[in-house]
Amino acid sequence: MSGEHHSSDISARVRRVEALLEERGLLSAGEIDQRIDEFAAGGTPANGARVVARAWVDPGFRTRLLADANAALPELGLSMAGGLQEQRLKVVANTDDVHNVLVCTLCSCYPIALLGPSPSWYKSEAYRSRVVRDPRSVLAEFGVTVPEATGIAVWDASAESRYLVLPRRPEGTDHLDEAGLTGLVTRRGLIGTALV
Amino acid sequence: MTTAPFAPGTRVRTRTADPDGHTRLPRYARGATGTVVEVAGHHPLADDRARGLDVPAQPVYHVRFRAVDLFGSGEHTVTVELWHDHLEGPA
Repeated sequence: MSGEHHSSDISARVRRVEALLEERGLLSAGEIDQRIDEFAAGGTPANGARVVARAWVDPGFRTRLLADANAALPELGLSMAGGLQEQRLKVVANTDDVHNVLVCTLCSCYPIALLGPSPSWYKSEAYRSRVVRDPRSVLAEFGVTVPEATGIAVWDASAESRYLVLPRRPEGTDHLDEAGLTGLVTRRGLIGTALV
Repeated sequence: MTTAPFAPGTRVRTRTADPDGHTRLPRYARGATGTVVEVAGHHPLADDRARGLDVPAQPVYHVRFRAVDLFGSGEHTVTVELWHDHLEGPA
């Protein structure tokens, strides 16, 4: 496990490797920051919220999104191709029967190109190690109570796919249009640690 | 390998080996039996790429495990994305 990348040891080691690569001409100064900025450019949870709201108002889009998210995203002008290669996106829908929650137990894989950088708790060892074993307790600590009759499906982003949770549309929102619904969706809802 | 020998619904068992280097088979899912739920494309095995090897693509699967089969308790499921080489099957 790579652990949390807050330790000064790791930071110092990364800076040293970066300096050595620059000395040898393998990396230009600031290149890593520039690459990271390019990768995350345009990535924000607002993108995920737009995807969810469209799926709530357009059953055809919802069907296409769940069948092949990469093919459906361009309908909203979005894509998973912001990095070095296009990443596969798998959208998992919450229903009466199942609540989905995402984790990367090995590191911190996350749909950065779509949602921007992940929250710090998502990268913490506590979240990564506990949510696979005892998701109901972890969700309770986030203030989320999943009914006993609703199963919990944890998805471990251990390979090449990235994931997005499609929350259930809250009751009492019939009066809202797509833009209004977009405002209801939170980043935690897109990860599964909130209901919306 | 451009096909995917394990179709959705196939019962598979993960390998038990504890490799020296990097592996994308999480420790908690070693030696466990689960069910393929979807083929997730074809990619070179990350375990090999981390060792600098240039290897061909192979199928990657979403494999669903019951928590009780991984941890001895729990009502939930955990779906892990695993390469063909991580799996033995059908189990």
